[in-house]
Amino acid sequence: MNKTWLIIKREYFSRVKKRTFILSTFLTPLLFAGVIGIIVFITIRNSDKEKIAVIDNSGVFKNKLDSLKSIKFFLNPGVDTSNFAAKGYSAILYAPQTGANNKQQWILYSRKSFGVMAKKQVNEKIRKEIENNLLLMKFQVSSANIDSIRAIVNKIEISPKRIGQDSRIENGDSALAYGIGYAAGFLIYITLFIYGAMVMRGVMEEKTNRIAEVIVCSVRPFQLMMGKIVGIGAVGLTQFILWIILITLFSSLLGAFIPADVLLQAQQANSALPGGQMAMQNNEALMQLVRTKQTLATVNWPLIIGCFIFYFISGYLFYAALFAAVGSAVNEDPQDAQSLMFPITMPIVLAIIIMINAITHPESALATWSSIIPFFSPIVMMARIPFGVPGTVPWWQLGLSMVLLVAGFLFTTWLSAKIYRTGILLYGKKITWKEMWKWAFRKS
Amino acid sequence: MPLLEVRHLVKQYATQRAVDDISFSIEPGAIFGLLGPNGAGKTTLLRMITGIFYPDEGEIIFQGKKFKPEEDILRIGYMPEERGLYKKMKIGEQAIYLAQLKGLSKQMAFAKVKEWFTRLEMQTWWNKKVEDLSKGMAQKLQFVITVLHEPKLIILDEPFSGLDPVNANLIKEEIYKLAKKGCTIIFSTHRMEQVEEICDQIILVNKGRKLLDGSLHQIKSEFKENFFHIGFDHHPDVETVSGVFDIVSTEEQGLVVKINEGHTTNEVLQHFIRQGTLIKEFHEILPSLDDIFIRLVGKTAAARQFQPAQ
Repeated sequence: MNKTWLIIKREYFSRVKKRTFILSTFLTPLLFAGVIGIIVFITIRNSDKEKIAVIDNSGVFKNKLDSLKSIKFFLNPGVDTSNFAAKGYSAILYAPQTGANNKQQWILYSRKSFGVMAKKQVNEKIRKEIENNLLLMKFQVSSANIDSIRAIVNKIEISPKRIGQDSRIENGDSALAYGIGYAAGFLIYITLFIYGAMVMRGVMEEKTNRIAEVIVCSVRPFQLMMGKIVGIGAVGLTQFILWIILITLFSSLLGAFIPADVLLQAQQANSALPGGQMAMQNNEALMQLVRTKQTLATVNWPLIIGCFIFYFISGYLFYAALFAAVGSAVNEDPQDAQSLMFPITMPIVLAIIIMINAITHPESALATWSSIIPFFSPIVMMARIPFGVPGTVPWWQLGLSMVLLVAGFLFTTWLSAKIYRTGILLYGKKITWKEMWKWAFRKS
Repeated sequence: MPLLEVRHLVKQYATQRAVDDISFSIEPGAIFGLLGPNGAGKTTLLRMITGIFYPDEGEIIFQGKKFKPEEDILRIGYMPEERGLYKKMKIGEQAIYLAQLKGLSKQMAFAKVKEWFTRLEMQTWWNKKVEDLSKGMAQKLQFVITVLHEPKLIILDEPFSGLDPVNANLIKEEIYKLAKKGCTIIFSTHRMEQVEEICDQIILVNKGRKLLDGSLHQIKSEFKENFFHIGFDHHPDVETVSGVFDIVSTEEQGLVVKINEGHTTNEVLQHFIRQGTLIKEFHEILPSLDDIFIRLVGKTAAARQFQPAQ
């Protein structure tokens, strides 16, 4: 036990002191914050007021057109398409000659720099104005009345509640659960890959360096393997905790410096970007966090964090053992590593794919069963849990999943120990999974 | 009581018997040579003695008791044939780490590393990384790491490969010193001249079987062919034909003769003395281990065949 501790310490410190660790730990949250900061910065910059000249010869706007936050309208300033740019306008809008109701099109000439978002805003503004006008003309509803109606409507908020499998009614917002589940699942996915691969590389290094032969003269191969797995796991945990601390720090700093409506603009900007949809969904959850603190309270944080830690660690132990076994079978050739690794990386990738589906149907059979099978459970179960325990996830499912996962990592550790002990000293022959299986079940 | 006794060891791999019923015993303080061609089973044998592999049959008795890998391993030092070190770890740190794994306390390990580094002129290496060392230097380091914890049994697999004569000598001196202090040393090598210089007892294995076992002198005697070398002042032009011996070869100032069955050395000397030749020197030519090795092993097809890696 003492010796295993020595090995754990060595594995941990040798990696934590490395420049790459320090850089990636501190740079990633910085990058994160930086990207958000850049998006925000860009939107702020771009919110210089755009000047639009509106040629309204038929008086649609009745000489009144309010400006938007970032767009200022100028009625009939005496420019045309040839000189609007030179006179400092970003765009020129032609109202139809014969009255707004005419289906004849409105035409907007703009410089290239006039963005999509701005065009959208112009569109909306024009529509609203026309709507107001028509209401006024046809039904004599003044704009003041219209505005007060709108104000009432905007105040309405739908209170989200969910009914779980056992018909329990719960508070809580799916969008938030969605976001958390997604994030949790992805985090575990990434961790498994990064740290699992680290274990494998470490084992391979010891094998090609022949240091394994020397160490195995002082400690049992099992101690070496476990020391490595736990040491590297500790590195992962450290990095992860540091990330959480740093990201929370940066987010709250950002939140303090940047007003909520700018964040909102940034969010809208995001949604216009391709592929922003996925980010949008996460942003959606984050925005909710920023706006409604009540929703936060409905989330069962202790349970989620507790389960996250459990699945994080157990999932890592489950797969790290397998990675160690693969590492021990590989000879000088890194191609070997790729092909041997495949049967292990496949379930992980499958798990994330299942999770992406399961998160929209957290109570489906696929989601349920995948969250119980040890290969997939760390990722899939973590995605389901934010939806509510015991609502979406009954206690027995959670319990069964945990028990199986623990049994799972005990089994993979036992299996890998046998493979490791033989593989670590065998050089020259190319090893296949069939052979490794034989080692595992042969008497030592 | 022998330090190490090995009885009827067998280790079977899927395709062959790497070690096929080998037994021997080693007295404490001896320097023991383990010889054999590649693929003979030496490394497997050594790994069983260090507890890395478990024998399929047979037993190992260490210091009079049944060999228990976990405990006894702390009194054994093993230097594998290929360098086994963490490339990117600092040297001082690594030596201390490995010593701690052998059971030394941190302070003890530090003190010992310092002692050995000073003795072998390695003080400047403390903060360097292993990848900065040349092969020979790495070997020296490996040797130090092997003996640091003062093991009772030291196993060296090709310890001199890659060393220049100065460093090789340094290590040899250290080996002698250790043997004098009572350490037992098992030396596995192909370099017969080194074996002849250092070892007391040798065993020769081939294809998992033991071919020779005994003290150096014993074995050479076993294989001697009664060759003797006589050195003269000048070329002997006296009568050299005699029933007592046959001439094997002539040199400028000497002869190599084979004494025939039933005749003694004295007769040979008398033959020349009677003729008045001045004899400068007379000694028996024992076969070199090289010769013995080739004689025993070279003729077997296996030694020349491609041995599959295990």
